Amino acid sequence: MSVRVKQKVTKKNLRIPSRTDKLVLAREFVADAAKVFGFAEDDVNNIALAVDEACTNIIKHAYHYATDKEIDIAISMRKPEFEILIQDGGNHFDPKRVPVPDMKEYISHYKRGGLGMYLMRKLMDKVEYSIQPRRNVVRLIKYLH
Amino acid sequence: MNEFKISFRENGKVHVMDLRGYLDAHTAPNLEEAFQGLIKEKKLNILVNCTDLAYISSAGLGVFMAFIEDVRTGGGDIKMSNMSPKVYNIFDLLGFPMLYEIFTDEHEAVKKFDAKKQSTK
Repeated sequence: MSVRVKQKVTKKNLRIPSRTDKLVLAREFVADAAKVFGFAEDDVNNIALAVDEACTNIIKHAYHYATDKEIDIAISMRKPEFEILIQDGGNHFDPKRVPVPDMKEYISHYKRGGLGMYLMRKLMDKVEYSIQPRRNVVRLIKYLH
Repeated sequence: MNEFKISFRENGKVHVMDLRGYLDAHTAPNLEEAFQGLIKEKKLNILVNCTDLAYISSAGLGVFMAFIEDVRTGGGDIKMSNMSPKVYNIFDLLGFPMLYEIFTDEHEAVKKFDAKKQSTK
């Protein structure tokens, strides 16, 4: 007879104002949780950067730099999965409209912009976008190996 | 862990920017202003020393992209040196070594500027 032990899910939440000087709070919040979860330093740094990129995109594109809005960051941890949901109530964003850049082509034409999404996909194991009524949700997942 | 500072100095004919701290969407405008200042004064041989650069996001990387074309068209260049592995990793993920020369130390970067100057005489 095998006994399956249900693993507990640990959750943490943070709400930050839509201000670029608060990005540091988002980074520190997820980095602390990632360290406790057991990620090595490189992965902790990558997770913090991915969250920074997601929040920056929200400030720029969902909120157009309005500083009186909110960004909700919810971490859900159950080994090996470290999930971060980042939600905003701003303009809808269709990730399919942002082309995945060919970096060689991109670099050779001195382009800027659009790097945030590219980085998120490189840094995390999964990046998913969903548009819900009045909310946009970015779901980032990293697996502990 | 939000601070970002830039200091300026010369190393021979090269204009060095020492970056310290965290370069993100909040502090990137400071770097933009710094580049604008150098370009306005026609100081186009620019070395960005990253010894004390603790963090960079795509906002910071975008600033380098915004000015490289003007600087190179003007006959100068933006080179970088002394990056930590953490910071270099992000530059590398975005393919920046294809476009920028990144040196392990400042001395090598300055030599490269000097070598270029010699070859155009």
